[in-house]
Amino acid sequence: MKKTICGFAAFIFIVSGLTLSVQAKDKESLLNAAQIIENSQLAFYYQGTDMKANVVMELIDKDGGKRVRVMTILRLDRAQGENQKYFIYFHKPGDVRRMTFMIWKYPLKDDDRWIFIPAIDLIKRIAADDKRSSFVGSDFTYEDISGRDVDSDAHTLLRSEVFQGIDSYLIQSLPLEPTEYAKRLSWIDKITFLPLKEEYYDAQEELFRVFTSDVIEKIAAGEGEDKKIFPTVTKRIMKNVKTGHRTKVIYKSVIYNIGLKDTDFSERHMRRPPRSWIR
Amino acid sequence: MFKKYLKLLILVILIQFAGSALGRAGEYEQNIEIHGFLMGNFSGRINSPNSSGKEGGDLLLGEERLRLDIFGWAETIEASARVTVDLLHDAVIGEFDTDLREAYLDYTTQSFDFRLGRQVITWGVGDFLFVNDVFPKDWVSFFSGRPIEYLKVGVDAFRTRYSSTSVNIEFLVIPYFEPDNIPTSKRFYLFDPFSAVVSRYEDEPKTTFENTELALRFYRRIKEFDVSAYMYRGFFRTPGMRPDNLLSPNFITRFYPDLSVYGLSAQGSALDGILSFEAGYYHSRQDENGDDPFIPNSQIRYLIGYQRQIWEDFTLGVQYYAEIMEDYSNYQSTFPNGFPIQKKYRDTFTLYIEQLIMHQTLKFSLFAFYNPVDNDYLIQPKVFYKFLDNLSATLGANIFGGDKDTTSMGQFDKNDNVFVLVRYYF
Repeated sequence: MKKTICGFAAFIFIVSGLTLSVQAKDKESLLNAAQIIENSQLAFYYQGTDMKANVVMELIDKDGGKRVRVMTILRLDRAQGENQKYFIYFHKPGDVRRMTFMIWKYPLKDDDRWIFIPAIDLIKRIAADDKRSSFVGSDFTYEDISGRDVDSDAHTLLRSEVFQGIDSYLIQSLPLEPTEYAKRLSWIDKITFLPLKEEYYDAQEELFRVFTSDVIEKIAAGEGEDKKIFPTVTKRIMKNVKTGHRTKVIYKSVIYNIGLKDTDFSERHMRRPPRSWIR
Repeated sequence: MFKKYLKLLILVILIQFAGSALGRAGEYEQNIEIHGFLMGNFSGRINSPNSSGKEGGDLLLGEERLRLDIFGWAETIEASARVTVDLLHDAVIGEFDTDLREAYLDYTTQSFDFRLGRQVITWGVGDFLFVNDVFPKDWVSFFSGRPIEYLKVGVDAFRTRYSSTSVNIEFLVIPYFEPDNIPTSKRFYLFDPFSAVVSRYEDEPKTTFENTELALRFYRRIKEFDVSAYMYRGFFRTPGMRPDNLLSPNFITRFYPDLSVYGLSAQGSALDGILSFEAGYYHSRQDENGDDPFIPNSQIRYLIGYQRQIWEDFTLGVQYYAEIMEDYSNYQSTFPNGFPIQKKYRDTFTLYIEQLIMHQTLKFSLFAFYNPVDNDYLIQPKVFYKFLDNLSATLGANIFGGDKDTTSMGQFDKNDNVFVLVRYYF
């Protein structure tokens, strides 16, 4: 599969590959495996200081039966690699319409999570279970959605490899504490540091889960001097190769650095999200 | 009242049609949306002959509902309106009816949110145990297998919310009294101390300035916990029953005594789960000394709850709840002979377990109440399955039991039921 670049013309900026690849060479000589993973986490989960996107999540079973979740996600970072706040508003399906979900994520301890149930106007804390458990029934875990602490695995740079035409690092990560995978292999773009593919192996060394970044767009934020380009994975798939079940996630209308405030991630906005957030 | 709302409904639908017609012309941004569901909800008695009441057939509940949820918003200011109404057919009595769930206007400013109209309000941190949630409940729905959201009934109120970083405040003015919907002998088997007396009068608080209910909540986050303080001035929503003459009553007056409630709650992450605590003082203002046997005495109520995910998609929740009666000796000495007397200290344990499987499309759950002093219980097992994104079904049961048929759950022993619920969302 080719790395495709698509999206609205206004958001597409082809950056000169030459200067960046020179930078990448410099970095390669300096970075160890853990730093590459850390950079990858920052590129994947911490782009910009905040972000808003409309997300379509399709849960597809092995026979092609499809269930669709449509939501708006907002994210605010306190600092790169540190605490984050997430706000998720569900548009579909009907039984969860208008529900909101707020997560205050801390890298080193359990998240705080709340859910708003509109039918009874109730905000409730929900137990922050194992971060490896499924996010709304999908093949993604909470950690897949919001990131896994770099120090939770021992990372080794196996080699550099051209993956689907892209210069990549291949990194092996072995969890320090037992979890549902025993080994993870990650192909990471040397320029953008975005993960291009991840393979998860179980204790029997069998491949059971595969993540792919299928569409990467370059999304611009800011004007003039402040203009920044954020390469963003706008289509990703997590497939359970043992069950054949997969989850496809498409990010639409991604906007960075919209100026969200810490106080926006509040009970008030869970009950009544500003119209500009959800329409 | 309903006619007025129906007119409103028709009006809103007309606006919707006009809006979509204009929308096609490309000149008008549609700012009304309509959603809802179709629902069939049936509950059959399982262990007893029919109740002697008028509506005591084989079905405890048999209804079809069309829910319309109509939402419209303004473009230039943060204002919106919502009408949520059920058009229903009750097969038990063979009637069509409407159930207005919500109808309100919202307006938001920098720090304030205002809501005027019929609205559902839920306070406190208990699961099906209420200390500071003084708002009306529909226990008939809860005991006969309607979806959980039907346990809460809207109030006609004006609500103001103030939000800031130091404290949030919620203030409610409720001019129209709305009682709890509790089971009656028309459809349920239950304990009625005056079962022989047919004449009953309902004496609800009238809509006057003095009878306007007021409710106030302060809330904020303190350390890891969401903390609230509550105050309420209004009425008990479960009626007291007063006979005109205790020895040979001719009629019974059902009335709603004055009540004030002061309370606190906290909920947060602790012990690898969610810990909840709530307490309240129920001040029975019409029975200061606790010597009127027909009015509940003042009480202290509290609950402690803990919920945790034990493994993926498996949740366990436990709660302990207690009521302690004030002026118990006055209650004892004035309580009429021959009626079931309450204990000073009453408590309840609840257990909740839930397991989701198949990518969260299939859910098994169980909620159980147990009251040690009365040795009675209610068990609600349920299976929920989502056939499609918009189509789901629930199969469940309400199993009551206890040593005596005069206690809160024990009296419903003959109302055990199995229910089925099918919903299609649009």
